[in-house]
Amino acid sequence: MRISYAWLRDYLKLDLPADELAEKIERTAVEVDGVIRPSEGLKKVVVGHVLECVPHPNSDHLHICQVDVGEADPIQIVCGAPNVAAGQMVIVALPNSWIGGHTKIKRSKMRGEVSNGMLCALDELGFDEKLVPKEVADGIFILPADATPGEPVFSYLGMDDEIIDMSVTPNRGDMLSMNGTAHELAAIYDQTPTMPKVDLTEDAADLADDDLNITVQADEQAVPQYKMRLIKHVTIKPSPLWLQIRIWNAGMRPINNVVDATNYILMQYGQPLHAFDFDQLDAGQVNVRFAKAGEQLTTLDGEERDLLATDLVICSNDKPICLAGTMGGLATEVTDQTTSIALESAIFDAVKIRKTAHNHNLHSEASMRYERGIDHGATEKALDAAAAMIAKLGNGTVTSGVVVGRDEDVKPVEVAITLTRINHVLGTDLSLDTVSDLFKRLDFPTTVTDDTFNVTVPSRRWDIHIPADLIEEVARLYGYDNLPSTLPTGQPTIGKLNETQQAIRDARKLMESAGLTQAISYSLTTDSKARAFALHASDVTTLDFPMSSERTTLRLSLIAGLLDDLAYNNARKEQDVALYEQGRVFFSQPEQVRPKEVEHLAGAITGSMVKTAWDTAATPVDFYQIKGIVAGYLKSLALVDPISYVATTAHAEMHPGRTADIYVGDQLVGFVGQIHPTTAKAYKIRETYAFELDLAALIALPKARQQYQPISKFPSITRDVAMLIDDTVTNADIVALIHDKGGAHLQDVHLFDLYNGKHVPEGKKSLAYTLTYQDQAATLVDEDVTKAFDKVLSALTEDLGAEIR
Amino acid sequence: MSLQDRLTELRDQGLADIKSADVLKKVNQVKVDLLGKKGPITEVLHGMRDLTPEERPKVGAYANEVRDKLQAAIDHRRDELEQAAVNKQLVAETLDVTLPGRQVPQGQPHVITQIITELEDLFIGMGYQIVDGDEVEEDYYNFERLNLPKDHPARDMQDTFYITKDVLLRTQTSADQPRSLENHDFSKGPLKVLSPGRVYRRDTDDATHSHQFHQIEGLVVDKHITMADLKGTLTLVANELFGDQFEVRLRPSYFPFTEPSVEADVTCFNCNGKGCAICKQTGWIEVLGAGMVHPHVLEMSGIDPEVYGGFAFGLGPDRFAMLKYGVDDIRNFYLNDVRFLSQFYKKG
Ligand SMILES: [Zn+2]
Repeated sequence: MRISYAWLRDYLKLDLPADELAEKIERTAVEVDGVIRPSEGLKKVVVGHVLECVPHPNSDHLHICQVDVGEADPIQIVCGAPNVAAGQMVIVALPNSWIGGHTKIKRSKMRGEVSNGMLCALDELGFDEKLVPKEVADGIFILPADATPGEPVFSYLGMDDEIIDMSVTPNRGDMLSMNGTAHELAAIYDQTPTMPKVDLTEDAADLADDDLNITVQADEQAVPQYKMRLIKHVTIKPSPLWLQIRIWNAGMRPINNVVDATNYILMQYGQPLHAFDFDQLDAGQVNVRFAKAGEQLTTLDGEERDLLATDLVICSNDKPICLAGTMGGLATEVTDQTTSIALESAIFDAVKIRKTAHNHNLHSEASMRYERGIDHGATEKALDAAAAMIAKLGNGTVTSGVVVGRDEDVKPVEVAITLTRINHVLGTDLSLDTVSDLFKRLDFPTTVTDDTFNVTVPSRRWDIHIPADLIEEVARLYGYDNLPSTLPTGQPTIGKLNETQQAIRDARKLMESAGLTQAISYSLTTDSKARAFALHASDVTTLDFPMSSERTTLRLSLIAGLLDDLAYNNARKEQDVALYEQGRVFFSQPEQVRPKEVEHLAGAITGSMVKTAWDTAATPVDFYQIKGIVAGYLKSLALVDPISYVATTAHAEMHPGRTADIYVGDQLVGFVGQIHPTTAKAYKIRETYAFELDLAALIALPKARQQYQPISKFPSITRDVAMLIDDTVTNADIVALIHDKGGAHLQDVHLFDLYNGKHVPEGKKSLAYTLTYQDQAATLVDEDVTKAFDKVLSALTEDLGAEIR
Repeated sequence: MSLQDRLTELRDQGLADIKSADVLKKVNQVKVDLLGKKGPITEVLHGMRDLTPEERPKVGAYANEVRDKLQAAIDHRRDELEQAAVNKQLVAETLDVTLPGRQVPQGQPHVITQIITELEDLFIGMGYQIVDGDEVEEDYYNFERLNLPKDHPARDMQDTFYITKDVLLRTQTSADQPRSLENHDFSKGPLKVLSPGRVYRRDTDDATHSHQFHQIEGLVVDKHITMADLKGTLTLVANELFGDQFEVRLRPSYFPFTEPSVEADVTCFNCNGKGCAICKQTGWIEVLGAGMVHPHVLEMSGIDPEVYGGFAFGLGPDRFAMLKYGVDDIRNFYLNDVRFLSQFYKKG
């Protein structure tokens, strides 16, 4: 809502700078987007009187004008506008002046003739093209004949005004009008506003009822009020300049006297009005109902619209002529030939208008106001004001009486609140007098009984229903700056992360210290990426109306998003990337309306984690590096059950020979491995390793009760074994066997060498382990260790076919 | 030559030899030569047999004195030479300490996580619990229980991704607050919760819009919670994030779930309130939305608004990060370009 400061002065005595006023509105009522000064940046643009205008000798459209700009001698200006003529008062941009669009005008020559400046159209002064009246759009603007040559033009065009651009919140629809804003400012500055008076003369001999009859078929909820007046003998013409100025400074385009009057009253009262060409109605009949499927209406913008059963329509003899509260129909539009006006002032249900505006994508000044609600107590006053204005501007006569299709009994709302309650909620110590004064400033009639205020809220503030609403009025008018600043007191509470939250934070920290940087990717992705890398088979959760095909489905894994991140980096020549993500995946649950949200932890690494440096060679990431990171994290969880890595070919997107499922006991908690080269190619990434862990499951699994293990005072003895063994035998097989046969004192088995290069026969590999023996209670005897070790050696040979070296 | 003179001579000669010994080996040789069992001093001592009983102790004492002196000189010279050898080695071992250290891979938290963690810790310190609601929520909880019935115009402020007619991606983390309210046992004390998390809006991604972003919303309900308490809490948040040199102002706003509703602005940190492009020439930057919990919201959760009341606030870590670090495109947070992620160190 654009509020003209000049117009505001019709209501209130205000002389503070517009910026201060704007700041006050912002701190007390609604947000202000800014103060618009239409003449800002414009310089040396003055009134000129065209004394002489002759065709340019070397042009078929230019004219050479002698223009009085208030100086001793007239100046010569060459002008190309078709409507320029001698005798006109025009807008002159003098040499070295600044006009709209930061353009400087210089003295120049046009086809050999000197031009000392320029004659201007409105858009050349920075007017938005949408605001320029159509009749002056194609030429220079002609100023009133009484303008004084040489004076700056701004005051003649309302450009010296300051316009406060308010962003009105949905609850403050009352401020979408000059009257409402004036009431608000009156409360803020403790003034009594001068409200507009309606000076309506009716033609007693001509009864509106005789020509116009209205039936409202729609229910009272949908159409609580519907009223019309009939104005006859109207001459349609452009509005006077003062009105055009108010209209364009409010951000609308002047059209003609009738439409401008309805828009002016709309701005003034906040009441949408619609003017119909009475002669286009069918025998003066108007009815209001919901549209029927299959009906059509061509609206003012020329669109032929298919009406919906939820649309309220105004009809004439049951033929739709207007989309109620949204946009009029083309057939009954006010044109230059119109002489009689049927003027509508009505209230339509906010929800219905919202639906219609949304469904037809038609958002107008009227629909915006209906959606936020309007003053049920002002429909008739606005109707009278508009009728009087149309009659005056168009030399018409207002027929006698309002034709009422529907009316309602509008009662003010009574709200009671105690002073104690106000102070209790605000944390203040306001006195009865202070609060009484605030209600008085708001012009809410109030009686006080003991501690209780009985407040009568006028219909113009339909946003106020309950005591909390009154508390807001008190708080904002008293001023939020004046509130004390404290912290909640009362019973103390313990704040801390719960076990899951702490475990999630720990997981993130561990990943970061392992060299992975946290990524946050999109939860919504394509259907195929959402399904990729799923730890468990599940259906996906899909949006009803996605915005784009890239974001349709909720993810089942985090890896897919990380691979997108890797691709983004790879495409920008970042080849070494190590990322992790912690977040939710969404497994759909049959029989449930919502999916199951599970916290996951995933990582993806490509390139080298350490770059080549003066003393370090970069080592590209491999399976064992990422497995080490996963193992380090799992170790930190101190899980009771053993962790095992089982080779798997089950994940289609993973390398079938380089992927392990991770189990804790017999529960699958994740997987780790290399991204399948085909998948990597599809994602446009290089060789990449990744893991995905079910973080929620890991957090829920039983944790070892940590207890101190005494450190043995007795020395340990180690034995090394190197063996040649079939490739198919895994490290896990060997370690398991050694533990099985190792005897009571075997403490640790450590793989210290693996070789399958030269000198190792095809299909074999060479492995070497250190076995550590220790007794908690005594010094081990060498022979006992040798005996136990020999048992391991023979088991390796016999059970696994190892060749001990 | 008396024995004493002989000893003096040996001493002087010995001290000279020790002094001139330039390697450890030579020092050791001097020691063997002088002080050894077959050395000249031992020889002198053997000669004492011929002395008178009166002279013997004197010469004996002098001989010991000479021996100690020589021993001390040898030890000293040995230390000197050892020290010199060490020094020489240290010089040889000198490094260019300005060469870079060997890299240890080190990751870091996402900038959004840094902001969330910072605020979580601030509020945990004030006795708040952290609540993680679901990202897929029912319309009923996300809207209706927050006083936004179907067809409420304020729903236009939050375009929504629906999964079904009644299930959606939450548009605000306060979607979980009705559950917190109805599950809380007020006999055990006030409800103080902070809900950080991902939220979704049906927006086309561009520099200032993202269909996915984050929110942190707080809720406090007790028998006597005031708007002054809200003001104090918001000031604390603004100071934590931007520093306490800035002013905080509250101004009226509208949220269906609070009444009164306010927005909190902080003095523009870029221009200190003078007006610049970041603050759109206003000198203020909008950082928080807040208000006193609407009585209907309490009623719908079975709480008597005559007895209990509270405040709620919400803020966007994405927006904070953009303001604080001058990030000009919100999409940067979700593209995970390592050149972007690595710029934000903790507590920057
Ligand atoms: Zn600024």
